[in-house]
Amino acid sequence: MTAMTPNTTPAIEVRGLRKSFGPVEVLKGIDLTAHEGEVISILGSSGSGKSTMLRCINMLETPDAGDISVAGEKISLKRDARGHGHIVDRRQVERIRSELGMVFQSFNLWSHKTVIENIIEAPIHVQKRPKADVIAEAEALLEKVGIADKRNHYPSHLSGGQQQRAAIARALAMRPKVMLFDEPTSALDPELVGEVLRVMRSLADEGRTMLVVTHEMGFARDVSSRVIFLHQGAIEEQGSPEEMFTHAQSERFRKFINA
Amino acid sequence: MDFLFLYETFVTLISAIPTTLQLAATSVALGTVLALGLALCRLSGIAPLDWFARAYIFIFRGTPLLVQIFLIYYGLSQFRGVRRSMFWFILRDPYWCAIIALMLCTAAYSAEIIRGGLLSVPHGQVEAGRACGMSRFLVFRRIVMPLAIRQSLPAYSNEIISMVKATSLASIITIMEVTGVAAKLISETYRAIEVFIVAGAIYLAINFLLTRIVVLTEYRLSPHLRQAPSLQPVAAGEMK
Repeated sequence: MTAMTPNTTPAIEVRGLRKSFGPVEVLKGIDLTAHEGEVISILGSSGSGKSTMLRCINMLETPDAGDISVAGEKISLKRDARGHGHIVDRRQVERIRSELGMVFQSFNLWSHKTVIENIIEAPIHVQKRPKADVIAEAEALLEKVGIADKRNHYPSHLSGGQQQRAAIARALAMRPKVMLFDEPTSALDPELVGEVLRVMRSLADEGRTMLVVTHEMGFARDVSSRVIFLHQGAIEEQGSPEEMFTHAQSERFRKFINA
Repeated sequence: MDFLFLYETFVTLISAIPTTLQLAATSVALGTVLALGLALCRLSGIAPLDWFARAYIFIFRGTPLLVQIFLIYYGLSQFRGVRRSMFWFILRDPYWCAIIALMLCTAAYSAEIIRGGLLSVPHGQVEAGRACGMSRFLVFRRIVMPLAIRQSLPAYSNEIISMVKATSLASIITIMEVTGVAAKLISETYRAIEVFIVAGAIYLAINFLLTRIVVLTEYRLSPHLRQAPSLQPVAAGEMK
């Protein structure tokens, strides 16, 4: 897939990321660089820390140690006496979050707003863009994810696959630099997984930078430019899908993909 | 039954309805603001604020409203400091004393209703707001409050109804709202049953209208909780 381009500023750079919940150390020093246009699949069994890692990138979880940079801008963090990380500049974090599109496992659409209202909410109120432009763009996005006819429906009236596609459209409406997917198909009925994966695949084909925490081996193998395997809070192995799926070094990864 | 007397009583009591409605509306409106503050204190995670709100709610829910009215109207005026303070022009007025007592009391109950509403907002929807770069205040204003209000409305209608009824206690401190005027009529006519039946009917009518308004509001605010019109015909074989 896309060749690495080390001369440009990485879209996302993570260095020495650590995070504990109480006595449990969930991330034990993660390094990760995502260049523009890369699609990185993050695999690992449950409890390996893959979701936490993704949530640290947009500060939904505050790291205890390590640096995170988005498009070259380092997020300022400070540590308290007990070793917990804290956000220094809330404004900076809010601005960086608005440049990262997040898609959740449980969709998290706002239940009191229609699909179109969900999509235009943040572009209008966070980015302060003109309403008419935002609506036009939102309608184009709905067309793109294939739910233009659900424009005025409430999330509770949609299937899981439709909700997740609306959530993807909501994230795209912010014109994000990077899309973060946190197990986007794990809460879906098997027959609805395909429609969401198709949308994600089309985004990858457009050259979007994507970090995808997933259990979909087919997506990891066929769509991503790099596969990262996490085990107990550390990167056990990473490489191109061809390398990883044909001759991975890690015994655990081989067991994981054959399970 | 003396229908003419009932009718005359009714006409007399009608003139007191605005006072009753003002007492209820003002105290509920002010009480809601105070309740929101108390609910936020409870949920702030800051121990002193939390304990202040807990103590407030404990005291005002745990003592009779009538006692609170007496304490504010008769009790406070015994302190020279209160009589000389800038608040005396309010505290010497029974009307405002009644409103303050009603407001403080309803705030204690409403705070718990609002707290429940705020807690009912799914965390994922809050997180989705934060992930879009919304500030805490924006998330609160655009996501949390609208969802919490919808959730709180049924319980809140109970509270509004009890407040309308509680305004009758203001008659004890000389306020001529519906019950006050009714009591005066009885002292003039000695016809307690007729007068109180009419007074009761007036409260019933007010509360009937109120519950209708709340139900309508709830309906208007909750289209997402109803079935989608386009989903219904599926069973009838009208799939497009």
